[in-house]
Amino acid sequence: MPSLKQLSSEKDLFTYGHRACAGCAASIILRQVALVAGKNTIFVGATGCMEVVSTIFPYTAWKVPFLHNAFENSAATGSGIETTYRSLKKRGKITKKINVIAFGGDGGTYDIGFQSLSGAMERRHDMLYLCYNNEAYMNTGIQRSSATPFGAHTTTSPAGTVIPGKQQFPKDLTEAIAAHDIPYVAQAAPHNWADFTKKVEKALTIEGPTFINVLSPCPLGWVYPPHLSIKMSKLAAETCFWPLYEVENGIHKINFKPREKKPLIEWTKLQGRFRHLLSESNKHIVEEAQKEVDRKWNRLLKMAEAKI
Amino acid sequence: MEKMIVAKTGNEAMAEAMRQINPDVVAAYPITPATEVVQIFSSFVADGRVDTEFVPAESEHSALSACVGAAAAGGRVMTSTASQGLALMHEVLFIAAGLRLPIVICEVNRSLSGPINIHCDHSDTMASRDSGWIQIYSEDSQEAYDNTIQAMKIAEKVFLPAIVSVDAFIISHSMERLEILPDEEVQAFIGEHRKPYDLLDVDNPITLGGLDLQDYFFEHKRQEIEAMKEAKAAVIEVGKEFGEKFGTSYGFFEEYRMEDADLAIIALGSTAGTTKVVVNALREKGMKVGLFKIRVFRPLASEEIKKSLEHMKAIAILDRADGMSSFGGPVFHEIRSCLYESEKRPIVTNYIYGLGGRDIFPEEIESVYKDLEKVAEKGEVKNLINYLGVRE
Repeated sequence: MPSLKQLSSEKDLFTYGHRACAGCAASIILRQVALVAGKNTIFVGATGCMEVVSTIFPYTAWKVPFLHNAFENSAATGSGIETTYRSLKKRGKITKKINVIAFGGDGGTYDIGFQSLSGAMERRHDMLYLCYNNEAYMNTGIQRSSATPFGAHTTTSPAGTVIPGKQQFPKDLTEAIAAHDIPYVAQAAPHNWADFTKKVEKALTIEGPTFINVLSPCPLGWVYPPHLSIKMSKLAAETCFWPLYEVENGIHKINFKPREKKPLIEWTKLQGRFRHLLSESNKHIVEEAQKEVDRKWNRLLKMAEAKI
Repeated sequence: MEKMIVAKTGNEAMAEAMRQINPDVVAAYPITPATEVVQIFSSFVADGRVDTEFVPAESEHSALSACVGAAAAGGRVMTSTASQGLALMHEVLFIAAGLRLPIVICEVNRSLSGPINIHCDHSDTMASRDSGWIQIYSEDSQEAYDNTIQAMKIAEKVFLPAIVSVDAFIISHSMERLEILPDEEVQAFIGEHRKPYDLLDVDNPITLGGLDLQDYFFEHKRQEIEAMKEAKAAVIEVGKEFGEKFGTSYGFFEEYRMEDADLAIIALGSTAGTTKVVVNALREKGMKVGLFKIRVFRPLASEEIKKSLEHMKAIAILDRADGMSSFGGPVFHEIRSCLYESEKRPIVTNYIYGLGGRDIFPEEIESVYKDLEKVAEKGEVKNLINYLGVRE
């Protein structure tokens, strides 16, 4: 795998001039993915932040082929590209190896695009699906998604006087996709570039469907100063809210175990979307959220230990 | 050239045309009454009778989405659906047309829910008429077969997608005599695949489907509208070439005993066949009646329609869908509008019929001609919008 230094000397394929917000982690994520995947790659983006900021006609931030179809069908669209590729390869009309990477935010992946993703994974298309999970519908103004954390304020799960933010725990999409028994599933985060790029490289090497769920801190939606995105990413891993792990051929492997697991509050207290949780009356929500993080982490530890 | 004479249903005829077209990719989801098309095509794939890669999608939305990806990657792409399936594709229909991808759908006209019903009417394709797809309606299995082959060529000429449809069960499941062309003749007719662009050309990367705002969207749509205008010439050109090579020419419409007719019925699909029988019977009795069968509804050949119909005394338009506007069906609106510019401007009435597969009988069609006779005599219309064959 190329080092960060090597990667930094490569020509960017997701390049400057896009209109992402200052501190946007998703743009860093896509830039890294494109660098690792290289020029023989076709990207498909779901409707969402990254499509909107990178493709405003007549401009584009993409120096590789890019297709946007709609919101809920990035995986299905990618599966179509991969199928033409396979068909033309079979007919001898194309010889070079071309990667297909479909991506979407948590809206396009966890929610409205879930069926399309499930179908594409089940049909075993040779493609990588990448979710940049910023934990809400940020493009339309921060509405809750099934990836939004418990207790978080969004514009459709507002912290009101009666209901203090989102009342449900997030869907565990990574495990849901792992349950499709595809060859490779991983969770990653942008602060750990080495782990992340290694996962992308691995996913692209493996034949068949692969899936990477990347946490994508969002200054606007999470409400923190833009320069803290990478810190947000790091703390999410250090609190074990967002474990960095992979499931290769059904075997769970944890890629980062913090020496000392930080309390969840270390992460939440820096974000405006959890501000209401700092009040005494909402202490039980913080406790409940911590309990859930512990439960999920312990479960993951056991699976990794048992090599299942 | 040796044509093969076989007995095939509308579904089998379309599947056969798909086999001979031998597309790079077919992505589909089965739905009654188009299920057979997908089933039969799957067996062609399984038996190695086509080179096609088949994507058994998990929904029609994903099926057409995969078609968009496949066509954008430079493949020749087809699919098949009906009714709810076409409705589920609705969002992507506009995108496929906007991206100028020449995908062909073999469609079976089935009524849209609700209430749920699996039988014929045209509510499904009529609800998609403004999506930017060429629409070709077929009277029988032979037309379904011929139209499918022509649609592929027309679509690739103007880079617009096309829907070829047949009436549910009446045609899709009815065995008829079918003349099949030799495989190589079909291949030679459709020619090398023409693609608007190619995502797989990674050395010349393009961005497709980008955000298109106030400063460019309208120009792009204007070009799409222009392509639909160009499709008119393509329909005629391809229909003529088909005739020269294989014996039956096709145009926007078929004029049946219209030369000296005063009264005309306009119909789409299988009802045209029934109407021909009635026309023959009434002609025997000395009535100057004719049938104007619309084959291509998109693009709408407004000038040609006006020219063909303006000398009529009275016209009845049979609509197998209602516009739910309280003012009749879609074909009525559009054809009547075509005649507005005419100084002669014949009387045009509307008959909504056959919703949810309700049969239409020759006697009912005859009654429409009789109505027209009275209307023409009096020069006035009592009921502009009529409902045929419904209890009320």
